Amino acid sequence: MAGRDIAIIGIGIHPFGRVEGQTGMEQGVVAARQAMADAGVTWDQIQFAFGGSLDGGSPDTMVRFLGLTGIPFTNVINACATGGSALFGAYTTINSGARDLGIVIGFDKHPRGAFAVDVTQQGIGSWYGETGLAINPQFFGMKINKYMHDYGISLDTLLKVAVKNFKNGAMNPNAWRKRALTYEEIANSQMVCYPLRQYMICSPGQGAIALVVCSAKEARKYTTKPIYLRADAFRTRRFGSFEVLSPSQPLRFTPGPTVEAAKAAFEMAGIGPEDIDTAQLQDTEVGAEVMHMAETGLCKHGEQEALIQAGETEINGKLPVNTDGGIMASGEPVGASGLRQIYEICLQLRGDAGQRQVPKPVKTGFTQVYGAPGVSCCTILAK
Amino acid sequence: MTVKGPQKKQFPIQEGLFTWPSDRPQLIGSKCKGCGEVAFPAQKGCPACTGADVENILLSTRGTLWTWTIQAFRPPSPPYAGPDTPDNFVPYGLGYVELPEGVRVESRLTENDPAKLKFGMEMELVIEKFKEDRDGNDLMTFAFKPVGK
Repeated sequence: MAGRDIAIIGIGIHPFGRVEGQTGMEQGVVAARQAMADAGVTWDQIQFAFGGSLDGGSPDTMVRFLGLTGIPFTNVINACATGGSALFGAYTTINSGARDLGIVIGFDKHPRGAFAVDVTQQGIGSWYGETGLAINPQFFGMKINKYMHDYGISLDTLLKVAVKNFKNGAMNPNAWRKRALTYEEIANSQMVCYPLRQYMICSPGQGAIALVVCSAKEARKYTTKPIYLRADAFRTRRFGSFEVLSPSQPLRFTPGPTVEAAKAAFEMAGIGPEDIDTAQLQDTEVGAEVMHMAETGLCKHGEQEALIQAGETEINGKLPVNTDGGIMASGEPVGASGLRQIYEICLQLRGDAGQRQVPKPVKTGFTQVYGAPGVSCCTILAK
Repeated sequence: MTVKGPQKKQFPIQEGLFTWPSDRPQLIGSKCKGCGEVAFPAQKGCPACTGADVENILLSTRGTLWTWTIQAFRPPSPPYAGPDTPDNFVPYGLGYVELPEGVRVESRLTENDPAKLKFGMEMELVIEKFKEDRDGNDLMTFAFKPVGK
């Protein structure tokens, strides 16, 4: 589908991490104002908004602070893919010709500790949670355990992914964990769900991102450095995909939603994985980053072992992945994470990523956000 | 004179998961009459072909381990309702066991040592006490254990 491309003309962030005394929504307002200032627009010019938050409050009520201008403001909740889903809403709104200038805002503020899951809201009996089968990291552990067995991925490779992401996070002033944890610290951290330890898994956190978007043909009116969204593909799981919260699993194998979304994104943009200069991949845990490298088509299944061991996903490698430290270093504010990936690619494309700027020319970037139980949004961004 | 309390009873943690009481308990799944796909627990609709004509079937008690992990920390409570505390919590294994009916069932495992769990190993169903209810009756749940252990 070759619709009207859309452009990102302003980006804003509230630093990720844990701050007291500021609500998730207030962080969203900070990000929104920063994005509008970056684009050189004011709230009264904004024609529509999509907002995503799980625990930070109803995004549309931000107009209390930003101003009540009567625009359509749509709230989006789609688990960890909330940000990607919100951007998809803006993408289709502009592509349809309905509006020309809008904003996407994602923010969140979660309590500490693992997300508590109410399975009875998802069509599963309460016994599943009561007997201790409804914990997301269990699924992560089981999926990567099998993947390591099937494709020869070593524990050492998983640990190196964690080292890389914390190293990148240490160069990111907006990251939550700004210290480069050592290999030993990660390898000796508390076991969570075999083979995954504490510092191999993200933690629920806080933060906010906003993006001002407009139709591509109008972008130069606002900025000299627009970033174009060449593709935005959104898919959910099909029967046979291995996903979280599944009391049973069929024998048939169906690739996950990321495979379809990534393929569709490359078709939309008319380019291939070899054209991607840097990627932001959902790294809920180290295994997810490894598996998503192949699910997106950026490499073949099993090739990750050699690529990561050779340092090719480092900032100075052939395919830098999660240059901002990913979710592992940024923390996981569900409403903001997908948009943080876009924010980082925009910085890299603009050449504004500072210490963590990819040294080779960055012309095209890729993002993939994944949410339970089987939601994936992939985008391709270019100058 | 000793007062004899009421006989301690055993109840499944949820009706319909497995046959109980039984000398040879089995998990209860459902099979689509249209496409043959099997699901657990039994449900009234087929997630594969969208059909609604499904029947309950009893699942085999032996299968093979498809994948697994070990839950190393006490899960958030609620929803977790185990009788343990963060201080005396014991890690437990869980995994998917592939059964001959053509379905992989997620289950607690009786083994919690990663070194003793192998992909493809033979597993068998056991019904074990999960906790006591308020009246002191045993609430039973299902688990799989390595065959011969």
